[in-house]
Amino acid sequence: MLTKRIIACLDVDDGRVVKGVQFVNLRDAGDPAELAKRHSESGADEIVLLDISAAHERRSTLLDTVRRTAKQLFIPFTVGGGIRTLQEAASVFSAGADKISINSSALADPTLITQIAERFGSQAVVVAIDAKRHNDSWQAFTHGGRVSANRNAVEWALEAESRGAGEILLTSMDRDGTASGFDCDLTRAIADRLHIPVIASGGAGGAPHFVEVFREGHADAALAASIFHYGLSSLGDLKQHLLAQNIPVRWPC
Amino acid sequence: MIAIVDYGAGNLVSVKKALDWLGQDCAITSDPAEVRRARKIVLPGVGHFASTASLAKSGLQAAISDAISRKVPFLGICVGMQWMFSGSEESPETRGLDLFPGTCARFPQTVKSPHVGWNQLEIASTSRLFRGLPPSPFVYFTHSYHAPLNGTTVASCEYGGKFSAAVERDLLFGVQFHPEKSGEIGLRLLANFCAI
Repeated sequence: MLTKRIIACLDVDDGRVVKGVQFVNLRDAGDPAELAKRHSESGADEIVLLDISAAHERRSTLLDTVRRTAKQLFIPFTVGGGIRTLQEAASVFSAGADKISINSSALADPTLITQIAERFGSQAVVVAIDAKRHNDSWQAFTHGGRVSANRNAVEWALEAESRGAGEILLTSMDRDGTASGFDCDLTRAIADRLHIPVIASGGAGGAPHFVEVFREGHADAALAASIFHYGLSSLGDLKQHLLAQNIPVRWPC
Repeated sequence: MIAIVDYGAGNLVSVKKALDWLGQDCAITSDPAEVRRARKIVLPGVGHFASTASLAKSGLQAAISDAISRKVPFLGICVGMQWMFSGSEESPETRGLDLFPGTCARFPQTVKSPHVGWNQLEIASTSRLFRGLPPSPFVYFTHSYHAPLNGTTVASCEYGGKFSAAVERDLLFGVQFHPEKSGEIGLRLLANFCAI
C-alpha cells in the first residue's frame, strides 16, 4: 500500500537553518546538510529545503548548501525559494535537488511550470501555494503571505496541475506557526479536486494533527518544520503513533 | 567503469551521487564508445517514454545492445526499466528494447496518478538484486505508467492492482522505483548490482 509521507522542512537563510529540529549531539545544529541527514536517519520520508534569504546575491551560497546537503542524502530532496527561471531551476537540479518548488514565480508566469516540467519531468515540479481563508473560499498569497495574488487557491491548484505540476505543497497561512493543527477543510478542498499528490503544511502541533490531515484532509503527505520543538520527541514516535491509528507509513525505515 | 547513460532525459546527478557514495568508478556519458567499453551500464530515466527514442538516433541503443550481447550487466531505472519492455501506452510509436515481454500501461482511474511516494514490495527469494534485503522493504516511486507482471518479475507492488516493480533475467535488471532515492535499502540494492 502506498504510504503517507512525512516531510521534514528546513528553512534556510544565508546557508543556515533558522528554525527546526534541535537534535542533541549535533556538531552544528544550524547546518542544513547535517540536519537533513539526521532527519533522514530518524525516519523522514523526504526533505524540503526552503531558502528564505532575501538577497539575490546569496544564490551561490544556496547552490553550495544544496550541493553539500544532497551529497549525503538518499531520499527525495526538494529545494524552493526564489527560483524564477528555467536556468535557475536547472542549476538547482545540477547541484543535486530532485524536485524544485516554485510559488510567486509560478503565479507571475504560469508557463514556468510547463517549461520546467518539459525539461525535467512533472515529478520534479512542486507548486507551492500559500492560502488564506477569505469568507467561504481561500485566496493564494505570495511573498511569504504578504501579498494577495487575487487568485482563488483551488482554481490556481487546478491550473498548476493542468500546466504540468507534479505535486502541490499547500500551506495554510491561517494555521502556519499556530501549532493548532493543519487546515483540513482547505487541504480536502484541493486534494479531492486534483489527481496529483497534495502535501499539507502549516499548523502541525502534535501527532493527532497528522492523523486528522490524512484522515479528514485527504492529504497524501504532511510537512512540518518546527513541530519537533513542541510535544513530539522524534519522527519515529510520530510514525508509530500513525501506525497505531492505522495510517500507513514507512516504518521501520 | 560503470556508465550512467545520459540521453537528455531528466536528472542523472542523484544516480551518480549514490554510486560515488558506494565508492564505484562511474561516469555520466552520452558517448556510445564509452558505453561499449563500460564494465556495467545503468540507464536511469524520468519523464516521458518518448524520450527513449533519442537512444536509437544517437547510437546509444546499438552500444547498449552490443554490450548486453557480451554479457555486460545492465540496470534500467524507472523509464529505463520500461524501455526494456516491448513498449508503452505512453508513446505507442516508440519501440522498447523488447528484452522483457509486455507493454507498459497507465494506472487505472481508481487511483491518483502519478504514483508518488514510498510503497512496499513483495520480493522473490531468488533475486540477486535483492539479496540480503528484508522481504518487504519500502522504496520510493514516482511514475504514471507501469510494467506488467511476468515470469521475470522479482518484486511486485500494489497500486490500483499489482505491477512489476523489478524484473531480472541473467545479467539484465530493471527497477521501476528509484534505488538512489530509497535510503539504505536502495543503496544496498545498488551495491548488489555493483557486486554482480
